[in-house]
Amino acid sequence: MTLTLSIVLAVSAALFSIGLLAALSRRHAIFILIGIEMMLAAANINFVAFWRFNPQPQEPTGIMVAIFAIAIAAAEATVGLALVIAIYRHYGTTNVDQLDQLKG
Amino acid sequence: MNSWIVLHLWLIPAIPLLASLVILGLTNSRRPMAAAVAIGGQGATLALSLLAFSATLHATGFRAFHNFTWFTFGEQALRIGWMLDPLTAAMVVMITFVSLCIFVFSVGYMATDKNFSRFFTYLSFFTAAMLGVVIANSLLLLFVCWELVGLASYLLIGFWIERPSAAAAAKKAFITTRIGDIGFFLGLLWLYHSSGTLLFFDDGRGCLESGGLVLIGASATAIALLIFCGAAGKSGQFPLHVWLPDAMEGPTPVSALIHAATMVAAGVFLVARVYPIFSLGANNGVTPALTVVVWIGVITGLMAALIAVAQYDIKRVLAYSTVSQLGLMMVSLGVGGVAAGITHLLAHGFFKALLFLGSGSVIHGCHEEQDIRRMGGLRGLMPVTFLTYAVGMMALSGVPLLFSGAWTKEEILHATSRWPASHVPHFLMLAGVVLTALYMTRQMIFVFFGQPRPAPTPAHESPRVMTIPLIVLAGCTIFLSVVITPAWPWLYHYLEGEPAHFDLALLIQPMLFVSLALVAAGIALGFFIYRGAGEGDPVEHTLPALFRFLANRMWLDELYDRTVLALARISARLSDWMDRYFWDGLVRLVGVVGKFSGSVSATFDERGINAGVDETSIGARGLGRVMSAAHSGQIQNYLGAVAVGMLALLLLYAWLA
Repeated sequence: MTLTLSIVLAVSAALFSIGLLAALSRRHAIFILIGIEMMLAAANINFVAFWRFNPQPQEPTGIMVAIFAIAIAAAEATVGLALVIAIYRHYGTTNVDQLDQLKG
Repeated sequence: MNSWIVLHLWLIPAIPLLASLVILGLTNSRRPMAAAVAIGGQGATLALSLLAFSATLHATGFRAFHNFTWFTFGEQALRIGWMLDPLTAAMVVMITFVSLCIFVFSVGYMATDKNFSRFFTYLSFFTAAMLGVVIANSLLLLFVCWELVGLASYLLIGFWIERPSAAAAAKKAFITTRIGDIGFFLGLLWLYHSSGTLLFFDDGRGCLESGGLVLIGASATAIALLIFCGAAGKSGQFPLHVWLPDAMEGPTPVSALIHAATMVAAGVFLVARVYPIFSLGANNGVTPALTVVVWIGVITGLMAALIAVAQYDIKRVLAYSTVSQLGLMMVSLGVGGVAAGITHLLAHGFFKALLFLGSGSVIHGCHEEQDIRRMGGLRGLMPVTFLTYAVGMMALSGVPLLFSGAWTKEEILHATSRWPASHVPHFLMLAGVVLTALYMTRQMIFVFFGQPRPAPTPAHESPRVMTIPLIVLAGCTIFLSVVITPAWPWLYHYLEGEPAHFDLALLIQPMLFVSLALVAAGIALGFFIYRGAGEGDPVEHTLPALFRFLANRMWLDELYDRTVLALARISARLSDWMDRYFWDGLVRLVGVVGKFSGSVSATFDERGINAGVDETSIGARGLGRVMSAAHSGQIQNYLGAVAVGMLALLLLYAWLA
C-alpha cells in the first residue's frame, strides 16, 4: 500500500477533528490551547501533503508555508499561555466554564 | 439798538425761566436769596421790556420779527421766531410790571409758608411762559408756551397740595383748559394744512399777512372758531369758565397773577393776535367767527356779573368779576374794537392785580379769613389797603375821569354801540356795568364799612412789603388813564399803529354821561341795598330763590356734573365693562383655544410620536435580550458555533459544487 494524498488528508482531517473536539469539550484552558495546536498541525499537514503530491514539487512552497505557520503557532501559543497565566492570576481558576464575563 | 432788542427778544422770557431754574437749585434754607433771584430776574426782564417798548415808539405801526428754522423734516422746514409790535410791547410791559409787584407782595404774603422757594420757582416759571406766549411769532411757539402756562397754573393753583380742594381745583383748571386746547390744537393743524406756515409774519408769507390769508380763504371761520376754543378755555369764557373761580384755591398772589397779568390775558391776547383770521372776509366788520366771540363774551360777561353779586368769598367775587371783564373784552374784540379790548386788558391787568393783592392783604390782616360776612369796618384798621382797594374798585366799576377802567369801558361801549349786527350786546353790556358797580359796592361795604366783627385777634395792616406794591399799582391805575382818554387816546392809536392827536374837546362824549349815570346808579343801588347789612345779605332775605340760584353759580357745576361728567363716568364704566368682560373675554377665549390646541398636540405627542418611539425601543430591547442570551460568555460555545458555521459552509460548498 502506497502513501496517497487521500490517506494523508484523512489523517489530517482526523487530527483536526480530534483537536476541535478537544477545544470544544475540555474545560481546562491549557487543554483547549493544545486542541487548537492540534488543529494547526492538521492544517500544516495539509500544506505539506498538497505540496508533496503536487506534479511539480520542485519549489518548496508548501513546506515554507508550514514552517511559517509553525512559527506563528509558536508565537500564538506564547500569547495564549501568557493569557492563561494572567487569567489564573486574576480569577484564581483556569476553568473556562467560570470565565463568562463576556456573557451578554 | 432796535435790531439788538428784536434779535434778543428771547431774553425776556428766558430771564425769568433762568431765575426759576436757579431758585430750583437753591434749598429752602436760603429763602431771602430765592426771593431776591426771582425779583431780580423780574426787574431785569422789566428793564428789557421797557427797552423793547421804547423801540416800538420810534415809528408808528412798528413791527419787527426774527425767524429761524427750528428743525427740518424732509422738504419741510419748521420755522419759529419772535416778534415785536405795539401789542407785544404793551403786553410785555404790563406782564412784567404787574408780575414784579406781585412778586414783591408775595415776599410778605408767603413769608411764613414752608415752601417759599418753590413758590417763587413756580411764579417765575409762570411769567416766563406767559412772556413766551406774548413774544411768539409762530402759532406753534405760542401753543408751546400756552401749554407751559397751563402747567404753571396747575402747579400754582395746587400749590397747597396738602389741601384736597386745592388739588381738585388744580386738576379742574388743567382739564377744563385742556378741553379748549384740543380745539386750539386742531385749529393750529388746520391752519398749517391750509396756509403751509405757522409764522404770523414772514415778509408777506406769514399766516396773518396777505400771502397766508389768501391761502386760508374759506376755512378761516372754522380755524378761528377752533382757536377761539383755546382762548375761551384759558380766558374763562362760557361754557369753560368753571375752573376760574375754583382757581381761588391757590395762594392769593397766584390768583392775582392768573387773573391779571398772565393766564386769562392769554386768551384775549390770542384772539387779538390772530385777529386777521377772525376778520377774514368781513362784511361791514362782521364775520361768523366774530359774532360767536361777541355772543360768548356777552353771555359770559352778564352771567359772571350776576353770580358775583351773590358770592360771600372775597376772592370769588373778584374771580367772577374777572370772568365778567374778560367777557367784556371778548365782546370788544368781536365787535371790532381790538385796541379798546386790549387796552381794557392792560388796564384790567393793573387794577385787578391791585384788587387781588388788596384782598390778599385783607385776608392776611384778618388771619386767613375769606368770608366777607366776617369782615367789616376794616377802613380804620387797614387804611392803606382800604384806599388802594377803593382805587381798584372805582377803576373796575368804571368811575369816570381819574380811573383807567372807566375810559376803556367807555371805549368798549362805544365799539359795541357801533356794531352793525345787533344792538343787544350793547344794552346787555350797559347792564353789566351797573352790576359791576353793584357787586363792587357790596364788597366794599361788607369788607371796609360798618362795624368791625368781633374776632379773637383784631385785624392789622399788612407790612410795608405788601402795601408798597398796592400803592404802586394804584398809582399805575390812575396814571394809565392819562393816555387812554378820548382827548388823547394815545394807547389806542399806539396799538393800532396810528399817530395820536390831542384834542381836549373830545374828552366829553355822550357815552361818558351814560356810563357815569350807570355807575352812579350801580353804586347808589349798592349803598341802598347793603347800607345796613350786618351778618347777612339783604338780597338773600328778600329773594332767597334767586340768591340761591346765583350763589350756587347758576348750578352750572352741578349741570356739568350731571351731564358732561356723568357721560364721562358712564363711558368710563362702559369701557371698564368692555375691558373686563368683552376684551378680557376675548383674550381668555384666545387663551382657552391655545390651551386646547396645546393639549391636543400634547396628546398627539404622548400617544402618537412618543408611543412609536417607545415601541421601537421596546422592540430593540427585546431583540437585544434574545441576542444577549446567545452570548453565554462560554468561549467554547462560540468556538462550537464557529465550527458548526464552517461545517455548514463546507456542506453548502459541497452541495453547490
